[in-house]
Amino acid sequence: MSPSTVEQGLQFPATGFDVYRTRQEFPILNQFVRGKPLIYLDNAATTQKPNTVLCGLNQFYGCCNSNIHRGVHFLSELATRHYEDARVNAQTFLNARFHREIIFVRGATEGINLVAYSYGRAFLKEGDEIIISAMEHHANIVPWQVVCEQTGASLRVVPINNDGEFLMEEYEKLLSDRTKIVSVVHISNALGTVNPVKEIIRRAHAVGAVALVDGAQSVAHVPVDVQDLDCDFFVFSGHKLFGPTGIGVLYGRESLLERMPPYQTGGDMILSVTFEKTVYNDLPYKFEAGTPNIGGTIALSPALDFVRSVDLRKVAPYEDALLKYATERLLEIPGLRIIGNAREKAAVISFVMDCAHPHDIGTILDSEGIAIRTGHHCAQPVMQRFGIPATARASFALYNTPEDVDALVKGLWKVVEVFG
Amino acid sequence: MADLRELYQEVILDHNKSPRNFGKLESPTHQAEGYNPLCGDHYWVYLTVTDGIISDIAFEGSGCAISKAAASLMTSLLKGKPVSEAEKLFERYRAMVTGQGGGDPSEMGRLVVFSEVKNYPTRIKCAVLPWHTLHAALSGEQTASTE
Repeated sequence: MSPSTVEQGLQFPATGFDVYRTRQEFPILNQFVRGKPLIYLDNAATTQKPNTVLCGLNQFYGCCNSNIHRGVHFLSELATRHYEDARVNAQTFLNARFHREIIFVRGATEGINLVAYSYGRAFLKEGDEIIISAMEHHANIVPWQVVCEQTGASLRVVPINNDGEFLMEEYEKLLSDRTKIVSVVHISNALGTVNPVKEIIRRAHAVGAVALVDGAQSVAHVPVDVQDLDCDFFVFSGHKLFGPTGIGVLYGRESLLERMPPYQTGGDMILSVTFEKTVYNDLPYKFEAGTPNIGGTIALSPALDFVRSVDLRKVAPYEDALLKYATERLLEIPGLRIIGNAREKAAVISFVMDCAHPHDIGTILDSEGIAIRTGHHCAQPVMQRFGIPATARASFALYNTPEDVDALVKGLWKVVEVFG
Repeated sequence: MADLRELYQEVILDHNKSPRNFGKLESPTHQAEGYNPLCGDHYWVYLTVTDGIISDIAFEGSGCAISKAAASLMTSLLKGKPVSEAEKLFERYRAMVTGQGGGDPSEMGRLVVFSEVKNYPTRIKCAVLPWHTLHAALSGEQTASTE
């Protein structure tokens, strides 16, 4: 075993980002699990929450819990203001033109479903094509399959190479005037690949298609500017961005959202209802039927503030260094193979070991207090592409340290000891 | 590591490394496929049943150490046993690994090595998948699944 970071005195780039100070914002990271200090490396599944988000939830339910938009009383006005402030915050975060382009949804999955069902069912017809990539999460596959069944459109898939990279030339071949929607993942949850989404969007627009970007994995790692990307739709989940579960954002280009029929119907999404006719509400409320996740939305705001305060432009080089270090250290383990070696890669490492099945790796690491994910990561086509049933996946966030990597490597040597 | 060694007992590690009755039967009377899509454990169990006796049994597929060892031990224990006894053993085994009693450990014979599984809730389905597959085969079903 080679010496750890600390012994090597390994220097991480001075990016102005202080990981140890940042960690102090996350109370859960101080705890022990199975008698060992928690090493949390399952950030692609969900991230931990800083104090400000925990306080945000507490404050809402403790001080201003009320329903929004319809109340004339003090608390309702307060809750409505905080809720709408969160929308403006999300607009700023994504650099959307208008706050009415921000639709609150449960998460990235619901955002894609909304676009698939609302836009897809209204505008797709037989012979039309939807293009996705071979590295999509099930959430960016299944809604399109269902819409294809219902409209007669067909699904085309851009293949990936052995390193897990999007094949731009194959994409170019699939594009035609039949292409109506291109929906791709920004960063792959199973492989870590960062896709050239700006170029993918440009080419989609060149054939007159609209483009959706699944940003579930990207918002916590790279700054996103929807105007610069020029995407038509962008989705993300709050809980992968240090925010609460059950809240996410769909950004949609105003001109498209205006033309799209409601996704769900009921209260809040209407202007007037009679038994003869219902007039739908304006954007964004047309797409927010029923009482939303008010507490979650309001507590998403401090999560966005947190990301803004640490500045992802400073975090990105730190995470890159962590990925490089982790990759080098993991490859010291005999019989360990990394799945996904894209040149542009986020701090996600999927791997398999000759001696042990991913599930056994996960159990052994868990006994050491190390949380990783094992399985197909809701990306079964990716597993099929690489001919494996499952992988073990260590995914890093901005609060992970080189010492976390050392603990992981130590844990993996235990796996070798038990199964080798 | 003391606890882990109780889960990954030597017998389990041995059967994982060198699974017994691993392969396909030429013309089985019963067979079924067992799949756990969540973790990717995927097995096929083949049986030849003659006059109510399991005269031959084999399995193939891939999965974690717990599931593979469970399949291997299951096949070695059941060869030559009556079908009725296999079903009874399945019930007792399932009760043991799910922590629902399971009676006297001495009745479990070599299967007792799986008794620690009950303390690992996420691994219970691994330990029972081969047995569910066996049960499906004996019941004339094509597939078994644990999720």
